[in-house]
Amino acid sequence: MRPGIQLLSPDLIGRILREAFELLMKPGVRVGSAPVVELLRSAGVEVGVAANDGVARLPAPLVRQCLASAPRDFYLYNRQGEKAVHYGGDDVHFDPGSCCVQMLDPETLEARPSETRDLVRIVQVTETLPQFAAQSTAVVCNDAVVGSGKDAPSAIGDLYRLFVVLQHSDKPVVTGSFSAAGLEGMIDLLAADSGSREKLRREPRAVFDVCPSPPLNWSEFGSHNLLDLARAGVPAEIVAMPLAGGTAPVTLAGSVTQHAAEVLAGIALHQLAGPGSPVVWGGAPAIFDMRTGGAPMGAVETAMLNLACAEVGKHLGLPTHGYLVATDSKLVDAQAGAESARSATLGALAGINMISGAGMLESLACFSVEKLVIDAEWIASAQRLARGIEVRGEDVRGETLATAMFAQTGLSGEFLKLKETRALFRQEQYLPSPVIDRSARGSAPPSDVFTRARTRVDELVSTYRKPSLPEDVLRKFQAIVDREAAREADRAGVAADLPSN
Amino acid sequence: MSDPLFQAMRQSIIDGAPDMATELAQQALANGVDPLEAVNQGFAAGIKFAGDQFGCGEMFLPDLLASAEAMKAAIKILEPEMLKRGSQREALGKVVLGTARGDIHDIGKNLVATVLSASGFQIFDLGTSVTPEQFVAKAKEVDADIVGVSALLTTTMAGQKAVIEALDRNGLRPRVKAIIGGAAVTSKWAAEIGADGYSRNAIDALELAKNLMSKAMNKGTALA
Repeated sequence: MRPGIQLLSPDLIGRILREAFELLMKPGVRVGSAPVVELLRSAGVEVGVAANDGVARLPAPLVRQCLASAPRDFYLYNRQGEKAVHYGGDDVHFDPGSCCVQMLDPETLEARPSETRDLVRIVQVTETLPQFAAQSTAVVCNDAVVGSGKDAPSAIGDLYRLFVVLQHSDKPVVTGSFSAAGLEGMIDLLAADSGSREKLRREPRAVFDVCPSPPLNWSEFGSHNLLDLARAGVPAEIVAMPLAGGTAPVTLAGSVTQHAAEVLAGIALHQLAGPGSPVVWGGAPAIFDMRTGGAPMGAVETAMLNLACAEVGKHLGLPTHGYLVATDSKLVDAQAGAESARSATLGALAGINMISGAGMLESLACFSVEKLVIDAEWIASAQRLARGIEVRGEDVRGETLATAMFAQTGLSGEFLKLKETRALFRQEQYLPSPVIDRSARGSAPPSDVFTRARTRVDELVSTYRKPSLPEDVLRKFQAIVDREAAREADRAGVAADLPSN
Repeated sequence: MSDPLFQAMRQSIIDGAPDMATELAQQALANGVDPLEAVNQGFAAGIKFAGDQFGCGEMFLPDLLASAEAMKAAIKILEPEMLKRGSQREALGKVVLGTARGDIHDIGKNLVATVLSASGFQIFDLGTSVTPEQFVAKAKEVDADIVGVSALLTTTMAGQKAVIEALDRNGLRPRVKAIIGGAAVTSKWAAEIGADGYSRNAIDALELAKNLMSKAMNKGTALA
């Protein structure tokens, strides 16, 4: 049996969904943009009738109809066209956290603005680690500037990050767009990679995170992107992020209910625009820290929220996503390890299809590539745990658990010599990388995990091979980025300055 | 401070009890207590205590908000009498607040508004997704001392810079101080865009605002 974990009783899931459907009618959902209002009105939904307030009241039958048209599972494909991520059932995959603005400098232990070279290094390490089924557009490239001088990330930043990732990786990508204008270029980029928009729709390489704003608000760019993705048939991952006590009810059950309402509303918009388009019941729910006003990603209650939200999605038969394996610590220390390992384990047991967050420090404000390789160890252990205790060895000798092996060894204790041992130990045991210290004490002083992780990162980067993309694809990539940079520069009235990578 | 009425006022704020604060404010007026004294010696002492307790981790954000609500309730009762006596509680300063263009996340901004307002600042809250032009117009209109811009998203942080540039363009700085805050904001970013200050949370924002006001006043005296 596959070990699991459940936080919600069937009865409680029923109550959560009943109240979530109630919320969709009262107070309703705020929808930002005119096309969304139009789409809803054409489906017979009243938007802002009483007061012209942009609030839509979504009737349960319509939402249920949209739920019914959402696919129960789908795949993401790698560049070779192989199925690499299965969104559905209890399959579990991990990807690094997304869109960090700072990078932990392993030398000074200070957080500094992240740059293209950091994103490349993260992609290289992620590419070599089997624990990560997908890449993410992990960090903001502060050196890629469109706008007035060294500005905060601009609209083209999302496209540029995807451009960097696609050049350096064959794996599927979890990405997202922070502006309505940026999405089109990103889909063009993916279509250029796949060969055509039609091929991209058939064998999607990427999934896009799309976020409602708590509580119950589908802002202009969020809902825009949802509609555009649905129409393009590119998978959308709805990442609702209620903060329990801050932007959502303080009770975990109350926040799970709000999360359900926000995702249900998103699925309704998405499926109305593109029935049958792939969509994920995702989230990054967290508690609200009553001292700092922040979102503690390493808190056990945050993990509980992620698990419970995914449980509701599973109950509805939808693919799921959560945000775990992150920490609130600013250093790669014991707190970082404990929080990340705990939530990786819980997420794997819960059977969440895609778990984002590895590598993240400081409540998602800072990325550490050293933490990423350490997190890979927790993930591998969690994956091992989720496989459970299996009965095996039939193919080697008989169908017994122990007696057949004892028949060979008697009381000699010589199990190390058995064929079974050699044949099966790799399946039975996860063999950690040197990041995990199990060695006997030697003459050299023991090293700590951060030191070992630094060495490991260097080793992985040295084994990494950049994929060789056809010249014409690269030219298409560059043309799309140049086109979007020119558009953006036009909007900002300045020249674009993108580093080559 | 030893006056039991002032003690009870202080306690009503610490308890976050608006009904009790209202009742005590009414009692003060009925007994002919100077409303300004009721504020300064009673209610405001409660806010100070709550702020200190929050600072050292003994009180939490919901407690602090409740205290601020109680303070508002008391001021609402006392204000007309203060106006009548011409003893309007002098505002510590005028603060224009809003979130940066494109950013609709306003928890942090609202906390700052609540804490500053409870502590005696006059707040002009422009709400969410405010353009630099709107900040400038309001700052001019109310003759603001401080403009505070909040941004949660890394993508909207650029809006903070835009506001500071707009304040500069319109010649409002250095008289008007620009402060910023938000989850992704760092002191480094604040320095980079030339903000006059940055704080990590609402209580620090109060300290920051007070410091900026006292600096401005010192400067004013020196110039005079």
